Amino acid sequence: MPDVDGGGRNSVESRVNDFAFKIGTVNGTGSASANSLLMQAIFRMGIPVTGKNVFPSNIQGLPTWYEIRVSREGYMARPADIDLVVALNPATYAKDVAAVRPGGYLLYDSSWPLDDSLVREGITILGIPFGKMCVESFEGDRERTLLRNIVYAGALVALLEIDMDVIGEMLREKFSKKAKLLDANFKAIRLGYDYAKANYDCPLPFRLERMNATSESILIDGNSAAALGAVFAGATVGAWYPITPSTSLMEAFKEYCERFRVDPATKQRKYALIQAEDELAAAGMVIGAGWCGARSFTSTAGPGISLMGEFIGLAYYAEIPGVFFDIQRTGPSTGMPTRTQQGDLLSIAYLSHGDTKHIALFPANPEECFHLAVAAFDLSERFQTPVFVVSDLDIGMNDWMCNKFSWDDGYRPDRGKVLGPAELDRVQKFARYTDVDGDGIAARTLPGAHPRGGYFTRGSGHDKNAAYTEDSAEYLEVVDRLARKLATAATAVPAPEVHNQSDGTAEIGIISVGGCHSAVMEALDRLRAAGHSVDYMRVRAFPFGPSVRAFIDAHERCYVVEQNRDGQLRSLLALETGIARDRMTSILDYGGLPLTADRVVRGVLEGEGHLNIPAYANGGATAATAARQR
Amino acid sequence: MASITKPPVRHPSLPTNSLGFTKRDYEGAMSTLCAGCGHDSVTAALVQALWELELPPHRAAKMSGIGCSSKTTAYFLRQSHGFNGVHGRMPALATGANAANRQLAYIGISGDGDSLSIGLGQLCHAIRRNLNMMYVLENNGVYGLTKGQFSASADVGSKSKRGEPNVQPPIDPVLLALSLGATFVARSFSGDKTQLVPILKAAVRHNGFALIDVISPCVSFNDHETSTKSYRYTRNHYLEVAPVDFVPLRREIAAGQTEDALTSVTMHDGSVVRFRKVANDYDPRNRDAAYAYLRARQTKGEVVTGLLYLDESAPDMHAVAGTVETPLVDLGFEELCPGSAALAELMAEYR
Repeated sequence: MPDVDGGGRNSVESRVNDFAFKIGTVNGTGSASANSLLMQAIFRMGIPVTGKNVFPSNIQGLPTWYEIRVSREGYMARPADIDLVVALNPATYAKDVAAVRPGGYLLYDSSWPLDDSLVREGITILGIPFGKMCVESFEGDRERTLLRNIVYAGALVALLEIDMDVIGEMLREKFSKKAKLLDANFKAIRLGYDYAKANYDCPLPFRLERMNATSESILIDGNSAAALGAVFAGATVGAWYPITPSTSLMEAFKEYCERFRVDPATKQRKYALIQAEDELAAAGMVIGAGWCGARSFTSTAGPGISLMGEFIGLAYYAEIPGVFFDIQRTGPSTGMPTRTQQGDLLSIAYLSHGDTKHIALFPANPEECFHLAVAAFDLSERFQTPVFVVSDLDIGMNDWMCNKFSWDDGYRPDRGKVLGPAELDRVQKFARYTDVDGDGIAARTLPGAHPRGGYFTRGSGHDKNAAYTEDSAEYLEVVDRLARKLATAATAVPAPEVHNQSDGTAEIGIISVGGCHSAVMEALDRLRAAGHSVDYMRVRAFPFGPSVRAFIDAHERCYVVEQNRDGQLRSLLALETGIARDRMTSILDYGGLPLTADRVVRGVLEGEGHLNIPAYANGGATAATAARQR
Repeated sequence: MASITKPPVRHPSLPTNSLGFTKRDYEGAMSTLCAGCGHDSVTAALVQALWELELPPHRAAKMSGIGCSSKTTAYFLRQSHGFNGVHGRMPALATGANAANRQLAYIGISGDGDSLSIGLGQLCHAIRRNLNMMYVLENNGVYGLTKGQFSASADVGSKSKRGEPNVQPPIDPVLLALSLGATFVARSFSGDKTQLVPILKAAVRHNGFALIDVISPCVSFNDHETSTKSYRYTRNHYLEVAPVDFVPLRREIAAGQTEDALTSVTMHDGSVVRFRKVANDYDPRNRDAAYAYLRARQTKGEVVTGLLYLDESAPDMHAVAGTVETPLVDLGFEELCPGSAALAELMAEYR
């Protein structure tokens, strides 16, 4: 077997624009700005880069890491191997030393000696007295603490050969109106830079070199992108309750609206954003606004989804639109609120009591968050039903490199079948839940629009005229139409994205969803380079369209890659297509960190009998084994 | 309210309001509540009030949760949109609806079960937001639909039909609303239409959250001798301290009529609420004094009624948020979507 397992990288060989480093600090010490400075500088050098923030559920004091991966190939998944660890938090030194790949580097704050027990064979340890230099160069605890971050950034500028001109340009942009801060930051950058240059061979064997691969890209997080999608889709009512990792979506919506939706003359707002008392209320507000004809939405995470279940059932049965962004985090219960997972797939598909089924869209990156947000509002109004946009913490809160978003000014919202005053003038008697053309969708009216448009909306049993009923036939007529409506929706939702090998002879089919995508794409390259014939389908929506089943049917062996313990996507596929669950092998990763390509490659190779690897550290039992056991 | 299905013929002598509607046009489906239910009397008072207010029926939105009281939104304003949501969560639906379309008259009907247990949080927060709606709480101290359990408004010592006394202290929606900063707080009795109708009219016109706690006895499960929410008990302990007249904008106030009024409050749309002089020591514009008065009378077992507190000057949810006057649902897409040029400009900032 070629070096498919190690990603084709060799630790001693000099590598350009292909490595990863991570920085371990204490939460609340201001390292975020230094980390984004580094990442953005690399991006501006034209080099593909991605950053993953591994942060605690805490405001101050707990350990936090920031992982930056540089990839000339444009791979965005979390790296399996870390070439350089910058260890600035003594509480995690042991973990940080262990995290360095063999042959890699550890950079620590040598103001205080490193305990002998932490010295490890096979890695190079670099010490720079960041703390000491800050004490000598700056005044006051706060400034010393904050600028220590900029000093380590300066050291990395030297060690990795980041373009100092780019750093200078960014600092000037950031502190254009704060001359004193600008000077201090420059001084801090130089301190780290000069020390590294004077004491170590710079650059390290892995280093940066200008490219031209980012000029059409941006760095953005998925929550901002989804919020922007909501603004462009014409959403006017947002209601929410703060919960990690969804909060920044609503905050971004507010920011964009303050920019784009405030009347310049009157200063009045063309949107309503309501911080609700809880998720139950947030869901109710979304539904109330959707009922009245506004494009309305909320953003939440797993616990919020659970709380919203009852209202979702009402909206499904009474046929009211509303968009629900679920930024998944690690469950069950409170779980690990600052770690990622895809644990809500099953609960969302059939959320609420009784027979219910919902449209769900699964973006894989921020660009898709933007576009699928718009699609969600269209689908929700067209089908008069709640639509979920199922993102996760990794997509939502981390900065991703992706294509600049584009917008077609010819776009007009699909408001669905809404009878306006002109149509109601012609109607003899309006019957709310009557399907006239067989697609399962009945026309609705908006409150206040017309004297003949009134009807009674209820979650209790109703007939096609919206009247209360306890009659079996009348009840069945409505719920059977709802099933028809969702069947129509399966043909209207975004089709899966399929990456087949051109010859069409692949026996192996990989299936995944959402944030697994970047790791799977990288794994595909590695598997194919190693001679495996592999096709790939990324499911983008639920209910599944016919092409989903066709892909599974066309492959002798399918691997379902997802980030939860129980193989929820695999179960959904089995439930909805009727294909036996055992026909599909799970590759699972659910420890809370973003998926790596290594995990996928190993899962497939093990399933194919090419590898025999003991339990994988990041995902509990080796997935293929676990799948066989179930 | 109609207790029997009536033929849809209009008697030529039925009076009409200025919109050409008779009272029948403000009615709804046949009530399915028990004969003699206080809620049906409230519905009848609503029909009267809305007809007199000359509210175009299709410009009202009826909101309710779950329970006997919540069913009554089907029994009036058949031309209006109605929304019978989930238990205790009517305020959230009304908040969202109002956020989307601020120009409809939101008529919320709830009960003590719907409002004071699972719905208590939402009621409190709707009050805090000063959501512009009328919120009628039909209060009978008992769960009717599930056959006779105590609700959170049942008085200590009040006995159930089976003779068990309630031991937990009640939640008083009026005191609650006053303490939370409600801008319109009233209490009335389903058996006193003369008092209730003007209160309902003023509540619809109030620019903010109008809570009306209506003692509305449950004939099936809570109208016995040992109940404190029975017709008899309420009549015997009834103290009207702040009765009102509601004077619509169009009608001039006849000279002389205002002289014996305790006070007049001009509503947002120019109509006037006039408090008649009954209790000299009661000032419905003083929240603290009103609260103290109510507490004192309550300890004597008296059911104080009337429009107990009114502040028409407080900003409603939209005024606080600075929303445009045009309902959000009426804004054109061009006004909402920033467009491709703005997006391109924005993209440059993410580099």
